[in-house]
Amino acid sequence: MSLLELEGVNVFYEDFQALYDITISVEEGEVFACIGANGAGKSTMLKTVAGLLIPREGRVLFDGQPINTMPPYKRVELGISSVPEGRRVFPSLTVHENLLMGAYRKRKGPWTADAIYELFPLLQPLRRRQASGLSGGEQQALAIGRALMANPRLILMDEVSLGLAPVVIKRIYEAFPTLLENGCTILVVEQDVQHVLTVAGHVACFLEGRIALQGIPSELSNEQITAAYFGV
Amino acid sequence: MSAATSPATQDGRQYSVSVASRVNLLILGFGILIVAILAVFPLFGGTEWTRRLIDFFCYLALAELWNLMLGYAGLISAGQQGFIGIGAYTLWLFSDILGISPFLGVVFAAIGGAIIALPAAALVFKLKGGYLAIGTWVIAEILRLIVANIKRAGGNSGINIQATSELVQELGNAAWYSRVYWWALAGAILAIGVTYFLLRSRTGLALTAMRDNDLAAESCGVNLWRAKLYTFLIAGAGCALVGAVQAMYTLRVHPGSAFSINWTAYLIFIAVIGGIGTIEGPIIGTIIFYVLRETTSQWGTWYFIALGLLAIIVTIWSPAGIYGWVLKKTNFVMFPLQRKLRYSGKGDAPPEAAAGGDVSTG
Amino acid sequence: MEWLNAIIQGILLGGLYALFAVGLSLVFGTMRLVNLAHGDLTVLPAYIGLIIVGTGVHRFNPLYVIPIVMVIMFIFGYALQRGLLNFVVQKGEVQGVIVTFGLSIVIMNALQEAFTPNSQRLQVGSLNSASITISDQLAIGWLPIIIFILAVVVIAALQLYMGRTMMGRAFRAVSDDQEAARLMGVNTKHVWGVAMGVALLIATIGGVMYGIRTTFHPMLGADRLIFAFEAVIIGGMGSSWGTLLGGVILGVAQLLGSFAFGPAWSILCGHVVFVIILALRPQGFLAKTVTA
Repeated sequence: MSLLELEGVNVFYEDFQALYDITISVEEGEVFACIGANGAGKSTMLKTVAGLLIPREGRVLFDGQPINTMPPYKRVELGISSVPEGRRVFPSLTVHENLLMGAYRKRKGPWTADAIYELFPLLQPLRRRQASGLSGGEQQALAIGRALMANPRLILMDEVSLGLAPVVIKRIYEAFPTLLENGCTILVVEQDVQHVLTVAGHVACFLEGRIALQGIPSELSNEQITAAYFGV
Repeated sequence: MSAATSPATQDGRQYSVSVASRVNLLILGFGILIVAILAVFPLFGGTEWTRRLIDFFCYLALAELWNLMLGYAGLISAGQQGFIGIGAYTLWLFSDILGISPFLGVVFAAIGGAIIALPAAALVFKLKGGYLAIGTWVIAEILRLIVANIKRAGGNSGINIQATSELVQELGNAAWYSRVYWWALAGAILAIGVTYFLLRSRTGLALTAMRDNDLAAESCGVNLWRAKLYTFLIAGAGCALVGAVQAMYTLRVHPGSAFSINWTAYLIFIAVIGGIGTIEGPIIGTIIFYVLRETTSQWGTWYFIALGLLAIIVTIWSPAGIYGWVLKKTNFVMFPLQRKLRYSGKGDAPPEAAAGGDVSTG
Repeated sequence: MEWLNAIIQGILLGGLYALFAVGLSLVFGTMRLVNLAHGDLTVLPAYIGLIIVGTGVHRFNPLYVIPIVMVIMFIFGYALQRGLLNFVVQKGEVQGVIVTFGLSIVIMNALQEAFTPNSQRLQVGSLNSASITISDQLAIGWLPIIIFILAVVVIAALQLYMGRTMMGRAFRAVSDDQEAARLMGVNTKHVWGVAMGVALLIATIGGVMYGIRTTFHPMLGADRLIFAFEAVIIGGMGSSWGTLLGGVILGVAQLLGSFAFGPAWSILCGHVVFVIILALRPQGFLAKTVTA
């Protein structure tokens, strides 16, 4: 059984249909990458999994349980946590308080504030600092740390490399194996294909609200991915 | 009223943007007829009904102006009673102290309202949303407390306007109230006309498109601050005019009632019940309010409780009000504000056009 | 010496205004709702206190009744938020203003219907008039002093609650970014319910203490709302100590105005000082957030 399954999911913003018939399944312990251009519907799919959007048709299953209309906080209790697009750390809270907010639902697991400081040592000296004063890379590390504090079974990462220096992106992707070792499944959304394909077990390429291509990265050619990405 | 502009051809079809339909032209004719009948109403309607209609037009004008502030500039006011009071007391000032005809005093009242609105705007515009609403309320309270402390104006107990009482004696009831009536009717028509004109203007279009987004409006070249200021001044002048008419209607001024927060309660109720952000809404709302008042106001506190509960219920379950509900069911627009895309010629309607609710086939 | 008396009384009155204002500020901070019924919701607990105190021989001391009323108002606030106000919080500020204004009218008129428009008072016997005499012209009542100390304690406790507890952090997180908070597992509807409950719990302390200090009637809500609003704006939005400072400035302005020009000008002087501060320093004295 897959950890997360989407079956024929259609999502609308009022009258505008953003996702058409999305079907994916994410296996436990893998990195599943969703790639595609801006506005292709990747983030909409993540919001649907997180519970911010409710699909009009289709089913969302987590660990075999239908969660279509479950509110976000209950999904966090089940073990779905998010690194939202644009990081969205709480600006007026300190770094440490941000991490504590991640543990709001008090799920048991390996991740504690100390474990996060060990994973991202750059956060350690900043713990009493307000999150609004952090650099982009620091905020991204904090956002990932905050999501891990929920001890998730599935972590949703939206555009974690957007606007960051290559060296910072590299450091974030280097943390992925540690996450997987600790029982975390990663569903990552990226516009930047290069990094994510080196770590992903499965990839789905989004185009105008549909999945144009799906498979194992090593079995797909660059031409296929380019064609699906740009729709040519 | 029909403003067809910028025809364009594409795929052999002719497109043009227009505002009014033939039905609207028919309604325009009908509207002119109604206004004409209303204008001569005092000549045959009797003093009793003339007096009732004065009150009706006052509430209608106030509700339109309140709605204009909200719909056009996003301003929520809980302080229009300040301008109503200023209008009433300006009328008293001009007719009893300066000895000018009260009918002319109405004009000075409107000017007075605008003059007070200028510094008031400079202050309350530093606040936003709900805090702006309380800010306008503070301004109204300041005006009330100042006026209530003026001994010459009767202080807290108010004063009779001598000049108006004398005029009633001189002209007789019927003639006096028909003159007041014409001012009230003019006020209501002005309020509706100004609202229609402003909402139809280019700035009005841009503002309604980006009502809650200051930044977007600014970046499209809309001077939001100026639009807000003008609206606030117009509403201030209009409310003061109505206040003066009310003073002529009651023949006296009293700080507790002229500056009463109940005015705001009535206006919010009328606009909410009828439909916020529309011109037609307040007309329906005022009729309902009026009927409710005539039938249940003797119940005192229960009447107010009913008004409050109705406003809450409508806001939560039918935020577009009665007119919004009618609009949804029938797509009927009395005062056309939206531009409509029309097309003529061969071929089916383009899919985007067919999907939109506002497109009418020519 | 009389002017000194006015200043001291004004400072103490400011504590009462702060107790009215803290709840208004807390609700705006967590859910961006300007609660126009807040003034009436400070009047309501005094009447609940009146019922519990009872009449006749077996009267309770109103001071002991306060905790019971606080619990009742907390539950009422939570229920009001979840049953009514949560439906408008996300719809926008206009809806919030209209619904809370409607609520204000309903509460005020319901109180008039149930308790008549006449003034009432909660009697605590000798404490009502007990005072410290400093000199012939200067006597400070014990009750105003107790109210001021209560205000300081309440604000300090609220600061601790916001800073040290999970729910307090959730208040601030929801205030910062509602959607991100939901993604962290915060049930915003519950948090807003608790925030309204806490706001009314604090309003209860102010409302009942006012009812002990002097007489009250159902129509006081409007002035309370305005004074609370003025205290919040003068002090600076989002700052609890600022709200206390704002209340003190307002209280001193009113009582000095009364001393200088007579009681009829007291409230007007408070408004004028507010307007001057709004014109010169619209962000207030101790603002934390940038805009309204």
